[in-house]
Amino acid sequence: MPLTVGLLLALSFAVSLLALAGLIWAINNRQLKIEQAHAYTIFAEGEAGEPDVDTPESPLEIDRNQYDVRRAGLDVVSRAPVLLLVGSGVFWLVLGSFFGLLASLKLHLPDLLTDQAFFTFGRARTVHLNLVAYGWLSMTGIAVAMWVTPRIFHTPLRFARLPVIGAVLWNIGVASGALAIANGWTDGEEWLEIPWQIDIVLAVAGAFFVLPLLATAARREVDHIYVTGWYYLAALCWFPILFTIANIPYIHSGAQEATVNWWFAHNVLGLWLTPLGVGAAYYFIPKIIGKPIYSYSLSLLGFWGLALFYSQVGIHHLIGGPVPTWVVTLSIVHSVMMFIPVIAVAINQHVLVARNMWAVRESVPLRFVATGALMYTLASFQGSIEALRSVNSVTHFTHYTVGHAHLGAYGFVSLVMFGAIYYMLPRTTGRAWPWPRAIAWHFWLVIGGFAIYFVSLTIGGLLQGFAMLDATRPFADSVRVTIAYLEWRSIGGALMTAGHLLLGAHVVALLARGPAWTPDTGYNPEPAVSE
Amino acid sequence: MNRIVPLATLALGILAFATLLLVIAPAAQIRQLSATPGLQPYTAQEQRGRDIYVAQGCLYCHSQQPRAPEQAPDAQRGWGRAAVASDYVYDRPHQLGTMRTGPDLQNVGARLPSRDWHLTHLYQPRAIFDWSIMPAYRYLFEVKARAEPGDIVVALPNEFRPDTGVVVASEDALDLVAYLLALDRTMPAPDGAVRDHGYESREPSE
Repeated sequence: MPLTVGLLLALSFAVSLLALAGLIWAINNRQLKIEQAHAYTIFAEGEAGEPDVDTPESPLEIDRNQYDVRRAGLDVVSRAPVLLLVGSGVFWLVLGSFFGLLASLKLHLPDLLTDQAFFTFGRARTVHLNLVAYGWLSMTGIAVAMWVTPRIFHTPLRFARLPVIGAVLWNIGVASGALAIANGWTDGEEWLEIPWQIDIVLAVAGAFFVLPLLATAARREVDHIYVTGWYYLAALCWFPILFTIANIPYIHSGAQEATVNWWFAHNVLGLWLTPLGVGAAYYFIPKIIGKPIYSYSLSLLGFWGLALFYSQVGIHHLIGGPVPTWVVTLSIVHSVMMFIPVIAVAINQHVLVARNMWAVRESVPLRFVATGALMYTLASFQGSIEALRSVNSVTHFTHYTVGHAHLGAYGFVSLVMFGAIYYMLPRTTGRAWPWPRAIAWHFWLVIGGFAIYFVSLTIGGLLQGFAMLDATRPFADSVRVTIAYLEWRSIGGALMTAGHLLLGAHVVALLARGPAWTPDTGYNPEPAVSE
Repeated sequence: MNRIVPLATLALGILAFATLLLVIAPAAQIRQLSATPGLQPYTAQEQRGRDIYVAQGCLYCHSQQPRAPEQAPDAQRGWGRAAVASDYVYDRPHQLGTMRTGPDLQNVGARLPSRDWHLTHLYQPRAIFDWSIMPAYRYLFEVKARAEPGDIVVALPNEFRPDTGVVVASEDALDLVAYLLALDRTMPAPDGAVRDHGYESREPSE
């Protein structure tokens, strides 16, 4: 034991020294140089200051923003993968919502559909999670990255056929993973249920996404990598490694396996979905408003803080559990440290939005993205507080945690993705949304539905937690107090699902018209970067 | 930041560091533990039952990790002593769980040692607890006109019986119950056992 701890300390000291040396080298070589001027990388010359809002009342026509006409050359190249990935993502969202709704209903109607194993709660709930995490959020997040990356690097997507193959493979992986779980074939750990044999398909598909994006970044036509690019590049390095290591079978067991489980599961949120969401928000908010983020150098703190702290928070899922005290404490400390990067991102994004509320009123895509960014701040603050030992004793093992998870994955990442879809698709197809009012309907359905969802699970979860901590009350009380709130959660979830159906129908209606751009519009690099 | 390679290197270095601390170091500490004295490996039937438990997703409502008395009254509820790392050496995949929509099951075999109770409860939880929101696992049972030799018939109150015939437990249901009955870590924890001792300086909860 002393040897292990000593070795560990020596190793962490060596790693810190190396990191410090690397940082000094990088600063010396001006590789970490940051100027506010760099925040303008997302704009074409002369574009800054021109807002890019499109409203339900005056649907976007593609020639409204002259700069986007020039950028259209880039958008044509990435169009096939973007449309395929968005279409797939929205399909999994709709299907995943129905499984979520079914699981939610079963918690207060436990005799609903109990004759088939396929629909039992433990499977329906898990199919829901895998469809929305690996189907909806991952595919849509990658679609946005495929569309934004060429725009911040001012160069077309390289190897644009590979992500199309990747999307087909990824869909096969998600579909067979969900079918496997529904039929009882599972690896049996949260967030790692998809059998490892199917994970191989997903890993191969992932390479078809990562390579084109890295190749595009390597051949960029601007010197500076815009902040969105840091998040994307890091996430593209992190997730394939996390996913591969965590899914290697036959290595771990017992309490030790639990630490691997939560190292992975929280990093899916922290080092994959969060960078996809934050990176997208860093592009769309300033792009739509037409002004750069508040403080570009602050974004550096936000990014490296996220990398350093978020990567080590996972074991707060095992507080009070059968794992060493020091690793639990380490994760609690890092969870609290997350306040730093979150506040940095919050200042950057919310200040810009708060000073330009007119744009939020006019642009529904911005309304989605800005609300999502706000939810990131709230979800992170909540997560940091939830990791405190005293708070965790109440909230752990209750529906409160489920509410928190949805504040992050839904309130934050999904809302940002909705906004991104509404902004991207007209620009990548050259077609306006056929039913502009449906976008506002979608917004208010999911906002209203999610408010009901979150508030009811939060209150129900707290009551459940307090009942469970009170030795004078029978366990049955901790179930009884939640029922009314679980019913409300189903109502909220039904409203959210209705919003998703509206989005799905709208995407189908838009794509049915076919793109207005023809491939021979081709890419012409000159107009995209200069006046 | 204007270069990809340093960015990627530093990002991967940070991930490697997190992996060292959250995966490799706990593994070095936990893997050297031998099983809690008295803990038996699962029999073939119990392991089959455990696989059924995993495949139904029981994990999503039932934890298997009682907390320490300083933190929560888990022991007073009959869920057992605080779990330690060496209680899990035979568990693959681990099923520690993060939800208690239902009670902790770490010691359910010691607390509820009747096979027939579990069969009734699995077929229709509301036949035993009117407040239960656990799914009925009717698909693990068969309704037959009459029991054949060797069949295990499930005892049910009148209102939950099928109109005709009897409810018979499938092989899967019997295996699952064998696993539940094997869940018994009531033997004392070894000295210096590994677990999160972070609450121990506090007063025991009421």
